Amino acid sequence: MTRFYLFLATIFALLLLLPLWLDNYILGIFVMIFYWAYVGQAWNVLTGYTGHISLGHALYIGIGAYATTYLALTFGLTPWIGMFCGGLIAAVIALFLGFLGFRFGLRGVYFVIMTIAFAEITRLIVSHVEALGSFSGIFLDFNPSFWNFQFRGNQPYYYISLGFMVASLVVVRLIETSKAGRFMVAIREDEEAAQALGVNTFKYNMIAIAISAFMTSLAGAFYANYIFYLHPNTLFGMSTSIDLILRPIVGGLGTLFGPVIGSFILTPLSEISRAYFAKGGLEGLHLILYGVLAILVVLFMPKGIIVYVKKLLNPVLKLSQGE
Amino acid sequence: MDSNLAVQLTIQGILLGGIYGLIALGLSLIFGVMGVINFAHGQMMVMAMYVSYWIFVLLGIDPYLSLVIVAAVIFVLGYVVQSALVNRILDYPEAIQVLPLVSLGLVLENCALLFWGPDHRSPQTALSLETLWLGPVMIDVSRLIAFCLAILITILIFIFLKKSNIGKCIRAAADNRTGAILVGINVDRINNTSFALGAATTAAAGVLLLPLMPVSPHIGHDFTLTAFIVVILGGMGNLMGALVGGLILGVAESTSTLFLPATLKQVVSFSILIIIMLFRPQGLFRGKK
Repeated sequence: MTRFYLFLATIFALLLLLPLWLDNYILGIFVMIFYWAYVGQAWNVLTGYTGHISLGHALYIGIGAYATTYLALTFGLTPWIGMFCGGLIAAVIALFLGFLGFRFGLRGVYFVIMTIAFAEITRLIVSHVEALGSFSGIFLDFNPSFWNFQFRGNQPYYYISLGFMVASLVVVRLIETSKAGRFMVAIREDEEAAQALGVNTFKYNMIAIAISAFMTSLAGAFYANYIFYLHPNTLFGMSTSIDLILRPIVGGLGTLFGPVIGSFILTPLSEISRAYFAKGGLEGLHLILYGVLAILVVLFMPKGIIVYVKKLLNPVLKLSQGE
Repeated sequence: MDSNLAVQLTIQGILLGGIYGLIALGLSLIFGVMGVINFAHGQMMVMAMYVSYWIFVLLGIDPYLSLVIVAAVIFVLGYVVQSALVNRILDYPEAIQVLPLVSLGLVLENCALLFWGPDHRSPQTALSLETLWLGPVMIDVSRLIAFCLAILITILIFIFLKKSNIGKCIRAAADNRTGAILVGINVDRINNTSFALGAATTAAAGVLLLPLMPVSPHIGHDFTLTAFIVVILGGMGNLMGALVGGLILGVAESTSTLFLPATLKQVVSFSILIIIMLFRPQGLFRGKK
């Protein structure tokens, strides 16, 4: 147990010091690793713990990005506050979706399709709202300052995204060990049995979806101020939703470190192969590799890579149950 | 004038709806037998469109004539996908089942991008610009042919499922898996055939669509979603429902352009989807849950 925490602390310290040695490009890859680990973790709260599959989480990224940017452009509100407003909006929409889905008992595939439908409807509507830049999206002006959440170089983004990821680990760990977290896992394993034993499944489903949406939309705010360009098809599109679920599933669904491990494996692969193949004019090849890898992982290690990582680290760390 | 426009749009909707029905029929068939949602459905259709386009450009064979070849190619693709991939994941939890098929869609979509590039392509076939006037109402000939062939193929598949031996096995496996195994049906092989048949059906639909709309690698997932909507409208696993659902959706999308920009027509279909799921999750016709 203590060895495990020591190990985590060492890694964290290493990550804190890393920017001393790395150049801007590599730092950018790390920012994406942390970003996707964070988003994957946010998705994991809903799907990993309660078992309700969302294939429309791009909705919350989009809401976070657009809300924060809109507030910053119209009212000059700093993204540091704006992103929490975006988070609240996302949570309210998620609660509405959850209310419909859970109240009317949409299970499995029906719930998946419901989440896709919400994301697609929002994408289409946003593409027609003049104030949000309609089809062409919004370009952000670059005014680097702490207040504007915009910085020169990747180093500040590195620390912010690292902070996001670590915070998400702490939050999910707290959820996991709380009563609510245990109830969520009970719902995942067997919703009807959990209900029969007196778990208010509706309430805990709603809690999970609201937390998940809130966390995801904060990532959207970060993304907006890192990429400086909002486009409805990329932000709300299904490809984002797919990208987002690959890492936690490859890493290990419903585990605390699954999304992080998945992101550390998939994100560099995706970033480097994209840069490499784009030079050769082989656009799209990196996504093919990516898809094939995801299929292979599901076929041959359905519990995720985390199982193997645990085996590998066990002799050193002497992990106890549930770590 | 306005009522003419409405009639015109309704007819166009019905004609397109027949093809929607055919796409959804494949999805519904796959779901009915395996209980798996083929998230790569639209992408398979796009593959079929490209194969057909290729045959047209290289060999000069009209899409309507290459339909059988293309369907056979995609049939093989479907067979391979089912036996190599889907049969292995049937017992997995749903959350994990979704991923391989979504990934497969990603792979197919980007293969298309890699081979054919991001451009929109549209073959200039002999009939592609022909029109027919019925009084004040104009009908595209290629749309009409597509509709008739779609209905014909749908009927053929019904006959196949009702009369042929394999068709009966497929229906048995869909009805009761364990029972089918008990009476000695090789369910794995039936799964392969059903998936392949579903894929071939959507391939046929793709070929029929080719003269009507330009093909590009990224249109696949829109059609996957359209097929979902139709299938849920008609009832999951209900094949007749798929056809009727397709017609309803076609008309709804088409007439919605009377009061909405055409790019927003999908909002209408998604809204229909949500309402149906909430109030009649079994579909308009009794489906299989």
